Amino acid sequence: MLRLLAGLALLLALAQAASAEVPKPVVAIANPGKCVAPVEEMRRSHMDMLKHQRDKTLRQGERGAKVSLNACIDCHASKEGGSVLGSKENFCQGCHSYVAVKLDCFECHQPKATKTAGAKP
Amino acid sequence: MSERKQGQRDDPPDSGRRAFIGAGVGVTAAATLAIAPGIRLIEIAQAHSSGIHGGGLASSKQRWGLLVDTTRCKSGCQECVSACARENAIAPGSGRPSQNSQWLRKIELKEQRTGRELSLPMMCQHCAKPPCVDVCPTGASMRRADGIVLVDRHICIGCRYCMMACPYQARSFVHEPLHDQNPQVPRGQGCVEACTLCVHRVDKGLQPACVEACNKTGGGAMVFGDIKDPASDIAKRIAAVASSQVRADLRLDPGVRYQGI
Repeated sequence: MLRLLAGLALLLALAQAASAEVPKPVVAIANPGKCVAPVEEMRRSHMDMLKHQRDKTLRQGERGAKVSLNACIDCHASKEGGSVLGSKENFCQGCHSYVAVKLDCFECHQPKATKTAGAKP
Repeated sequence: MSERKQGQRDDPPDSGRRAFIGAGVGVTAAATLAIAPGIRLIEIAQAHSSGIHGGGLASSKQRWGLLVDTTRCKSGCQECVSACARENAIAPGSGRPSQNSQWLRKIELKEQRTGRELSLPMMCQHCAKPPCVDVCPTGASMRRADGIVLVDRHICIGCRYCMMACPYQARSFVHEPLHDQNPQVPRGQGCVEACTLCVHRVDKGLQPACVEACNKTGGGAMVFGDIKDPASDIAKRIAAVASSQVRADLRLDPGVRYQGI
């Protein structure tokens, strides 16, 4: 009985340690309340929304659509660096490093907001 | 066996089922005016009425093209090349000039017998029948309905078949990681790229950066516009003066034409 209790205590301690190891990402949005869809929908489907829109924009020339990666960046870039990448406090990188999903968009796309990007818009 | 088949074929059709399917088709047609899977009349109407300048979709009613007047293109002038590099954020890589991206280059030519010299810009010719699109194994190399030939970097695997297929050597491969792209012009390592005819500007109703620079500070040698619109400057010019396509013998029907070569 004593051994069983000790085992339970150890398990609880381990679970607590595990939850303490990875803190939840801090999501700070520079311009809140202007998103194209509710938070739950964005969290679950933003990758699908972007994937469908990228084909329409590139192949059919649809501009100014509801979903746009540049529009995402303009709202979600951090106030300090003006970027969605850079550290775990930055919007895209914060969540993606928490869930360990590789973020490929910015191999090609500019992660800085239009106003602060190096090249002219 | 054959009798049974015969019997099945002669069975009267289930008229109730047919009526049901017919009604279903009618309802679908009334609701969305579907003329083929994925195509609706409303989309075609919008694309045609607003045009790409009005925020619509690229339409085959238009064909974007360029006319280069080589008699006005000045030797040594690099205005178009530097404007292209500025607009699309093309910077030299680290130490291997032969690997630098080159969307637009100036070519100096000399006719041996007469000694006539001329200078012209060479870039993706935006062919109507582009060989780069034919050879692409993934479908990344594509031609928009309005004639602009692009690379879909989302599915380009960087195999460079298109670079070998292009008779104009218009395409480049990005060998090194890139930073500081123009937000409107995504570019990155491992993909093939070429002149996009400044598609992000054209969709906004602007002219390509090279044309704008040539008319502002260069020799005023370039005209951009819709070849299919008889009222456009470019259509009037190519109807009035002799112009030719480079390697017209390949019958690729390039959208870029040259005057005076």
